[in-house]
Amino acid sequence: MVTVRCFAAMREALGHDTLRFAVPEGCHTAGDILAFVTNDCQKDLPKPLLVAINQEHAALNSPIRDGDEIAFFPPVSGG
Amino acid sequence: MIVRLQTADFDPEQEAQALKVRGAGARVSFVGTVRDLSGNETVKALDIEHYPEMTQAEIERIAVAAQARHRLLDVLVIHRYGHIPCDQRIVLVTVWATHREDAFAGCQEIIDLLKTRAPFWKKELTPTGGHWVPGHSTEV
Repeated sequence: MVTVRCFAAMREALGHDTLRFAVPEGCHTAGDILAFVTNDCQKDLPKPLLVAINQEHAALNSPIRDGDEIAFFPPVSGG
Repeated sequence: MIVRLQTADFDPEQEAQALKVRGAGARVSFVGTVRDLSGNETVKALDIEHYPEMTQAEIERIAVAAQARHRLLDVLVIHRYGHIPCDQRIVLVTVWATHREDAFAGCQEIIDLLKTRAPFWKKELTPTGGHWVPGHSTEV
């Protein structure tokens, strides 16, 4: 199983904040997971889109493993 | 080092005074507030969303690195989330160092990195609706 978390404009575009599912066949990277969860999305996704794996910044080509939490979000704007 | 995330307002001076830092000859604080204007549009408030499980750890990583690089004696970061009306405080970064050069540099580094790495997102609430504030970080 992996957990996908979405924040801010990405959450609004996808219509979900959290998704949990078994790692789909052929999904090896965060980018593969993104393509899987946005396959049916009718709305424009925020660009650029950032990735975190297990609460650390990562990249779309970062490998994922069973049990990971993968987060997708737009550039951050704290402070 | 203290990193605290909260919805409530804070008093920067009271928070800083609560820490007794031995050997400090300099204390530098940055306080970020909600602007009442965005371009020409009036801002009534901000809604700040964050990624709770990551935010605390990310700010701690930033603070630990700055503490080592600038010989900071101590670091205090408070960041609010949730609904914050205009003119209210959002963030406090206070650092203590033996000398002012390290204190200024350390405080600036922490707030600069917080803006590009800590997972917060601001939505400005204006009379015409709400819109996300463009972020600072670049695509990884």
